[in-house]
Amino acid sequence: MNKFSIYQYLLILVILIVGSIYALPNLYPTQPSIQVAYTDSGRSADQSLLNDLENILEESNTEYEDIFLRENKIVIKFQDVDTQLSSKTVLQNALLDRVIIALFLEPATPQWLKDLGANPVKLGLDLSGGVHFLLEVDIDTAQQGRLELLLDTYRKSFKEDRIRFDKSSIKDLKLNFEFSDNESYNRGLKRFRDDSPVINGVQYIITEKPSSNLLMLEYSDIALREIRDYAVGQNLITLRNRVNELGVSEPIVQRQGSNRIVVQLPGVQDPTAAKKIIGKTANLEFRLEANTRTSPLRKEEFSFKENEFQTAFLEKAVVVSGDRVTNASTGFDESGFSQVNITLDMEGGRAIQKATSGNIGRRLGVLFVEQKTKSELVTNPEGKNVIEQTSYIEKKIISLATVQAVLGTSFRITGVGSPAEASELALLLRAGALAAPMKFVEERTVGPSLGKENIELGMKSIMIGFSLVVLFMIFYYRIFGLAANISLIINLVLITGIMSLLGASLTLPGMAGIVLTVGMAVDANVLIFSRIREELKEKDPQTAIRDGFSRAFVTIFDANVTTLITALILYIIGTGPVKGFAITLSIGIITSMFTAIMCTRAMVNLVYGNKNIQVLKI
Amino acid sequence: MNIRFKFMKYRKIASLISISLFIISVLSLGLRGLSLGLDFSGGTLIEVSYESPVSLESIRNSLEENGYPDSQVVNFGTNLDVLIKVADQSGNSSVGEQIFNILNNQETTIELKRVEFVGPQVGDELRDQGGLGMVVALFMILMYVAFRFQYKFALGAVTALAHDVVIILGLFSIFGWDFDLTVLAALLAVIGYSLNDTIVVSDRIRENFRTERVLEPIDLIDLSLNQTLGRTLVTSFTTLLVLFALFIFGGELIKGFSLALIIGVLIGTYSSIYVVANMLMSLTLTQDDLALPEPEGADFDGMP
Repeated sequence: MNKFSIYQYLLILVILIVGSIYALPNLYPTQPSIQVAYTDSGRSADQSLLNDLENILEESNTEYEDIFLRENKIVIKFQDVDTQLSSKTVLQNALLDRVIIALFLEPATPQWLKDLGANPVKLGLDLSGGVHFLLEVDIDTAQQGRLELLLDTYRKSFKEDRIRFDKSSIKDLKLNFEFSDNESYNRGLKRFRDDSPVINGVQYIITEKPSSNLLMLEYSDIALREIRDYAVGQNLITLRNRVNELGVSEPIVQRQGSNRIVVQLPGVQDPTAAKKIIGKTANLEFRLEANTRTSPLRKEEFSFKENEFQTAFLEKAVVVSGDRVTNASTGFDESGFSQVNITLDMEGGRAIQKATSGNIGRRLGVLFVEQKTKSELVTNPEGKNVIEQTSYIEKKIISLATVQAVLGTSFRITGVGSPAEASELALLLRAGALAAPMKFVEERTVGPSLGKENIELGMKSIMIGFSLVVLFMIFYYRIFGLAANISLIINLVLITGIMSLLGASLTLPGMAGIVLTVGMAVDANVLIFSRIREELKEKDPQTAIRDGFSRAFVTIFDANVTTLITALILYIIGTGPVKGFAITLSIGIITSMFTAIMCTRAMVNLVYGNKNIQVLKI
Repeated sequence: MNIRFKFMKYRKIASLISISLFIISVLSLGLRGLSLGLDFSGGTLIEVSYESPVSLESIRNSLEENGYPDSQVVNFGTNLDVLIKVADQSGNSSVGEQIFNILNNQETTIELKRVEFVGPQVGDELRDQGGLGMVVALFMILMYVAFRFQYKFALGAVTALAHDVVIILGLFSIFGWDFDLTVLAALLAVIGYSLNDTIVVSDRIRENFRTERVLEPIDLIDLSLNQTLGRTLVTSFTTLLVLFALFIFGGELIKGFSLALIIGVLIGTYSSIYVVANMLMSLTLTQDDLALPEPEGADFDGMP
């Protein structure tokens, strides 16, 4: 009685080995390293960059352990943090803004473990230090922008087709057209209705007011969803580019819900700088310079970005806006002066082609649109000084250049000054490609020292909690306690292995979850042991062991399923750190069931199975 | 039968204690409410570390001069760490930065440990989600227990959980402890833990009702409680061991979390003995409620 078959032992052994292998990478230390990538995110690091880096490092007598190409980046490993820091400076000075250099800690996982896909547990932001931002995309502004384009298109096409209207405007995100007579009204209505259908429904909701010849048009839910998805998608791309410019080794930029974006930058030391680059709510507008024939109603005066006092008149009509810019980089023209190369998408290319054909010799201006906030110290009604913030939109000219030829999807701006100025302009052009403004709705920054402190505190609590439980179990249950303790250790190994395998992030509450699991995991064993104690009063030891395990199983199962339900709900509603708690708790519940029922049983069977025992001490 | 301790003898007193604690908690929650942490209230929190102890009054003054009259300034853990909380400034995300700059200018070097900004909308959403999560959790557990046991057990279990949750919330309200996301997480963990206890007890009650045909329900319940007492105490004890380790060594960030869990384990242990059993007594659980279904021609009644 009380023997496992060879297959049962084998199954337990396999699970233990797999669990240990995936937990193993966490034992290896990390190594200070740097990552080098080209600033232009479209270009992958190659052998020539690797050679350049090697030469620079050798010239400066910097010792490094390893240099190699991985994905589209180059990784260099160092002995210590000092060399890591000094060589970052050396490389950055030599290569300037050609490359982006990020500091990070490379895990020293041996190759055979990497080949198996075993990596150390990822640390959450509260343990690694870094910043977490939640940004909300302002859909109303995106919608307003679309409506303005639509208004312009209809004005033009109504004029061409002699559909006469007296007034046209945008009010409360609705297009208003007041037609001159009933016939125009009907033709306008027909036009709107003809334009409205798209594949999956209609894109306009039209309100008809025939008595006053007024038509109002607003976007349908389908169209709004499309606008929202486009704006969020475009902003995601822009944010990824901006984040790349920060040189963070493992950034996360993800959509969350319908109109929010999460940005996580582990290990960032200077959150303020990160925020400045992420939060730049900039956009661009390409507009033709107004000439003598432009009516005063169709032009606007703007000042230059570098020089407040210098101004120029631009047309009100926007040729192309910043969301059409796909790339901007610096280069040199035939005579060796700096230039900025711009690439637009297809639609942008068409628009700029149409605008520049017939306008060669005129100048094309690039406006930099920025949402800014102004802080003022004001006295509130209670007589206290409070800071009041107002946000406003600032538009400034960053470039005004003569059109030399009809432009298409890619063109260049020459005469942009020094190389540094050119790269600044290219950066602005790249960064300016936001489809809709965004605002910060959540921010969490954890300094690097606090992260380290949290790891220490978490580890310490796990250790102390673990030791106390282990001591108590030995004291209270003797040999059975020993079996339970071995199960507890296996449990910890399995939790670590599964965390690594899933790629789930460990957070401080996550560590608390592990501590809690340690406390609760013995519960299953306690249930079994006390049951065996009871059964011993009426039965012989072997039967007592068997019945103790099988009777306790139902209870353990029910109790754990319900806890799993709560952990699951916690995972769904929780964010960041709390999600980490839900993850470790769920994993802990499952592994503790396995260890208590299977592993402890296996050990008990190995010791007592098939033997004639007279007295069982428990 | 070996009934060492007649639990049910004290059920009236226990009910009285439970009901009064419950009412006090509800009253406090209604009148005082919870002191909501940043996650739910929205606003900005900044933690900085000084090299030498600093007077909180001087920090308060300099913040007031610079336009932050309603900021809370407290020490956090040690007297070198200072925590500053500013109520919501209509969703302005740069308050943390400004405060850091104000403090950094005072001829002392400080280190920024963390900044948290939660916009008013996000706070509201988290609050709604948290409340909803709690209700969904209770409902799903009700369904599971009703399916696995019987509706009288389910009612008992959910009453016990509601009892635990409300009393913990009540204590947080009465003592004005900060209620943030980690405490909410702890509360859900308490639901899990307390349920664990409840199920172990219920399981034994069910078993005894089926096998022991001679005893009265009240004695059956007492017998079951006595049989599970050892396990209940050992598990509570080991869990409390690790929770105290967490409370003492885990640092300030999870103090609220471990505190909620410690209270939760204590109340959860108590409620699985008294609240559940009491409910079963009041609902007059009978042997017929737990009879196993006849193998043939019987209706499915949710028993395993």
